[in-house]
Amino acid sequence: MSPTSPLTRTPTAQETRGRRDRSITDKDANAINRVEELSYDLKIHEVMTRQMKIASPEMPLANVLEILRINHISGVPVVKDSELIGILSLEDIVRAMQKNELSAPVSQYMTRKIITVASYDSIVSAIQKFSDSRLGRLPVLDENNKLVGMITKGDITRGILVALQKDYKEEEVRRYRASHLFEDIVSDRTTLVLRYNIKAHDFTHGGNASSHIKRALLRLGADPQTARRCGIAVYEAEINLIIHSTNGGILKLEVESHRITMSTTDDGPGIENIEQVLQPGYSTATEQVREMGFGAGMGLVNIKRCVDKMDIESTVGKGTKLTMRIYVPTENLNGRKDD
Amino acid sequence: MNLQQIIDQLNLTVLTETRDFTTIQPEGGYTSDLLSCVMAGAKSNYLWITLQAHLNIVAVAALLEIAAIIITEDAQPDATAIAKANEQGVILLSTPKPTYEIDGKLWEMGIQIQK
Repeated sequence: MSPTSPLTRTPTAQETRGRRDRSITDKDANAINRVEELSYDLKIHEVMTRQMKIASPEMPLANVLEILRINHISGVPVVKDSELIGILSLEDIVRAMQKNELSAPVSQYMTRKIITVASYDSIVSAIQKFSDSRLGRLPVLDENNKLVGMITKGDITRGILVALQKDYKEEEVRRYRASHLFEDIVSDRTTLVLRYNIKAHDFTHGGNASSHIKRALLRLGADPQTARRCGIAVYEAEINLIIHSTNGGILKLEVESHRITMSTTDDGPGIENIEQVLQPGYSTATEQVREMGFGAGMGLVNIKRCVDKMDIESTVGKGTKLTMRIYVPTENLNGRKDD
Repeated sequence: MNLQQIIDQLNLTVLTETRDFTTIQPEGGYTSDLLSCVMAGAKSNYLWITLQAHLNIVAVAALLEIAAIIITEDAQPDATAIAKANEQGVILLSTPKPTYEIDGKLWEMGIQIQK
């Protein structure tokens, strides 16, 4: 890391007041890199270590040395009656060792002048205190001045790396979107059809097709709410095929830029009374299936709630076709209406 | 209240791969052993408390983007279910306590339903 890196240098007074408080010129904006931005965006409580070792003032130094050794840390906060009263670091222990006083209590060697940071502050304030004080760890206090964690430079580095990784992942997902498909391929009406074969009684793979469909829709640029509605509807339809169909069936998804049509078809047994199966709580599932948590009699009710249009055609002995349709809000998928 | 604090306070066993649970902040919870009810009632980033431990709870949780499933009364998902949960990023937690007790404690801890 270079000496001018935001992680090691002392921020200017202006920076400390916060970049958000001043107007940023275009030139400034270009100069601010993502890491620098993150040091203002990330809060201390997001990166600090919550599970920390603490020492009491009466504890002999030798015991603390053992705590430090076992946990590979170089200092601990000293707490009395749940109040932070000092910090004991390896350096303090070295001082005691020089005088051969490892049996002395913590209170005798601890540093009483404590520099703390607030959990709700940006990590940049911790970075500044690290570089001002040359300390390796700082206690974190909450709004009520209670000790809630410790922060080290390592925590900050890790926090920034995790945030960068998240950025990268989001960027990757964005680039992977297949939404340009509808724009790249020119036709009077483009339809993408996905087919899934669903086996009867195959509970092991139950929900696989729905999960693939939801992911496909997100990749195609559907908004999360639309993808979720489709996911729930198609899951219930998929499970219905698994529970009720004689020989399984086909789950089909047709994506157009303005609407999504999902359907299931099977070749039996067929539904005797469609009115009845639409009643909430009505189910013909076996006891065994119910034990797994299916057969609540809510499947079709859920589907109806999630889609804009639902249609069931069924003939006993022949089979059932369930069609579900969701109209995509404009500016979704590809934002262009085809018809 | 983040998921790590919930795991600590309720003494839950993490069945799936550990990761940074402090970044997960559940926004509510839903309790049912009927999958379709969960489909209708649970929102994304909710905790789902259930006795069910078979493979299909993973699919439901993944679709709904559930924050974590708390499986009660020591019901044990099998290895396939745990592998599937890891693959889909679903967090499975387990407790010997009954559902009622877990619900009560979560409510007390402030995991309530936003009206």
